Amino acid sequence: MEKDIKLVVSSSPHILNYESTKSIMWTVSIFLLPATIFGVYAFGIYAAFIVLASILTSITTEVIILTIRKKAICIDDGSAFLTGLLVAMNMPPSVPLYIPIISSIFAIAIVKHAFGGLGQNWANPAVAARVFALFAWTKEMTTWSTPFITDSVTTATPLGASKVALVENFGIGHITSATASSGGVSASGPLEILRLVSPDVLKTDVTYFKLFFGLKAGCIGEISIFLLLIAAIYLIYRKIITLEVPFFFLGTIALSAWIFDGLKYGQGFYAGDPLFHLLTGGAVLGAFFCATDMVTTPLTVAGRIIFGIGAGLITILVRMFGGLPEGVSLAILFMNMLTPAIDRFIKITPLGYIKPKKG
Amino acid sequence: MLFEKTFGSNGVHPEDYKYLTCQKKIESAYVPNIAYVPIIQHIGSPAKIIVEIGQKVEEGQLIASAEGFVSVNVHSPIPGKIVGFEERYISIGRKSKVIVIELDGEFKKTGKTFTNVDYNNFSKEYILKAIRESGVVGLGGATFPTHVKLSIPDGKKADTLIINGTECEPFITCDHRLMLDRSEDLLDGVNIINKVIDAQNVYIGIESNKKDAIQKLKSLCKNKYKIKIIPLAVKYPQGDEKQLIKAITGRVVPVDKLPVDCGVVVLNVSSTIAIKEAVVYEKPLIDRVVTITGNGIVNPKNLKVKIGTLVKDLIEECGGLKPNVKKIIIGGPMMGFSQMNLETPITKGCSAVIALTDEDSKDFEQNAICISCGKCINACAFGLMPTILNKYIKNKLYEKALDSGLMFCKECGACSWVCPARIPLVQIFRMGKDISKKLILSKGK
Ligand code: SF4
Ligand code: SF4
Repeated sequence: MEKDIKLVVSSSPHILNYESTKSIMWTVSIFLLPATIFGVYAFGIYAAFIVLASILTSITTEVIILTIRKKAICIDDGSAFLTGLLVAMNMPPSVPLYIPIISSIFAIAIVKHAFGGLGQNWANPAVAARVFALFAWTKEMTTWSTPFITDSVTTATPLGASKVALVENFGIGHITSATASSGGVSASGPLEILRLVSPDVLKTDVTYFKLFFGLKAGCIGEISIFLLLIAAIYLIYRKIITLEVPFFFLGTIALSAWIFDGLKYGQGFYAGDPLFHLLTGGAVLGAFFCATDMVTTPLTVAGRIIFGIGAGLITILVRMFGGLPEGVSLAILFMNMLTPAIDRFIKITPLGYIKPKKG
Repeated sequence: MLFEKTFGSNGVHPEDYKYLTCQKKIESAYVPNIAYVPIIQHIGSPAKIIVEIGQKVEEGQLIASAEGFVSVNVHSPIPGKIVGFEERYISIGRKSKVIVIELDGEFKKTGKTFTNVDYNNFSKEYILKAIRESGVVGLGGATFPTHVKLSIPDGKKADTLIINGTECEPFITCDHRLMLDRSEDLLDGVNIINKVIDAQNVYIGIESNKKDAIQKLKSLCKNKYKIKIIPLAVKYPQGDEKQLIKAITGRVVPVDKLPVDCGVVVLNVSSTIAIKEAVVYEKPLIDRVVTITGNGIVNPKNLKVKIGTLVKDLIEECGGLKPNVKKIIIGGPMMGFSQMNLETPITKGCSAVIALTDEDSKDFEQNAICISCGKCINACAFGLMPTILNKYIKNKLYEKALDSGLMFCKECGACSWVCPARIPLVQIFRMGKDISKKLILSKGK
């Protein structure tokens, strides 16, 4: 009997978890698609070109660089696809196509491969690329288009023309500048300010509901908080993303917004609007999908908690005082760079290493 | 059961595949015509052969005797004639001298019904001697000599006895079946052990995927014994001594100490029953229950097997192998050893023979890149950082690896199991340990 079979001899363990780098990358990619498709649906077909351009450029760059570095071409691991997708999701819906293309090349060639490729990069490629684009083409990267504008042309869609007016100038940066320009106007919070800024907006109501379901301007992939949360819940259940970073990231944003953000509207402490800060900008996309990138976040639970709190604080600082439209990517990038230091600082001691108390 | 005890937040949850055999009662396997009995079946020095070729032996006769205190007697599993000695690979992947016995003569123990004698009057010394002479070892796989474990050094006192019924390795069900099919013997065994160590707390820790065993033992213990049955959450590696102690008593055994230093003695279910047989029935350890299982076995079973039976005979008795078998494992899939062929004899430490198919057994990536996900750190119940150890060993920074606790790695495999990059971490750590040991030795000179 033993002659017929060939037995494999190898080191234990002999069974492995079904989750692999590849399955993780592809699962995340697939679960990000609904939010992306929603973005395309909201902003029109041009957004789809942005997405395609980013993904194709990422993959092509990956292939070229792997060839140059004489490494096995392993684009089937999904990491280049995911990077491209994330770059696109962090783009405003009407940027000229060269921006996502150059950003994707930057993400793969500089951020990922200049430091040794998968597993070695010092920052999340997509986040770094977004920050890079933000500084290189600030104007294009902060020009927003209104969702469902194409629909409103033929006023027959159920979403209707009312929504067209909803989100004009709805980027966070615009709120900050709006606060400045609206001088003496007093409003108790960001929603009111919005209604005051634009006469169009006054006609309708900016509600949490609309913010949550994505009826607002923003980057292609970040507007539908609803779809992003569904994906996040599944990925947390699959243990692909861990809860520490998003929880403390968003928690810090909410808490500090609640404590400090009211000051801007002359309401004093503890009068901010945490929900508004969570539902706008890239907070949810960033916290669940960019700040949970395995390579560039700390190894330990304690480290990830520090990462989350740090990123939350930086985000809120930028949102409140910075000149930039959005702080999420900047915050993640900054914490990415602190990650090696956090990992060096937080060590785990072997079980029973410190003398335990006598039982 | 919402708040079952467990050892902490680490550990992993592999698919357990217990359903293949957990409903199957223990059957006696065929007696082998030729038994191959290795002299290394335990931790410690090999036993010394005391028989000659051509000599007739009885079932249960001593054929190799313990060399020193940390060594174990080996007995003939069958009546017969010594026909030779040979070198053979044993289950742990090394060679051992093997005593070859051809079946001949009459069984004195097998098939006989034993009468229970009242063990309550047995002295501590008598019990220890009986255990030592019968060659009982830790049957969970560690094969540490039981008489050594139970000989508590002067000045130390164990206040807690834990019987390990966790069986946290996937596939294996021999202890599960023993707890069900031989519950009384198990409880007797526990009482006998406790006559030696006299602990006030006696626990049997069972993972809650064995609800039937928990219930049966609970109802048997009620009003009768002071043994407490502790249901535990299902998690690997809970069967490790130190993890089990932490789960049940909350005590943490220091890395360089033994459980007894924390006042705890842990014994496995199979060993406990072997102790009863040794003490009450005067039956040496010549057979054990082995789970023959895996998706590559036609008809998985729990068999009571004579030591020295070849793996191929057992597989044949279970209907043979399916065509897509990739690996044969002796022991559990997490810590067991893959076999080169089916000619390996069953020894005292073999709790299971598992045939894994292509689907069950994925390959490691030899050039895998760590993606720093930290999953291995969360998995390691021993508080190590496998990804960091891996990095150090790869870069030949052995001293740093040692400082980070490389030697405390139990090779439990949890980190390798969870690693999405499929890095063969355990293999790397074993290699790293070997090299580090050599380095330490060469430095010492
Ligand atoms: S094999 Fe070693 S490092 Fe890995 S989980 Fe087990 S004890 Fe920890
Ligand atoms: S589980 Fe594997 S990939 Fe993840 S950090 Fe550990 S070694 Fe690296």
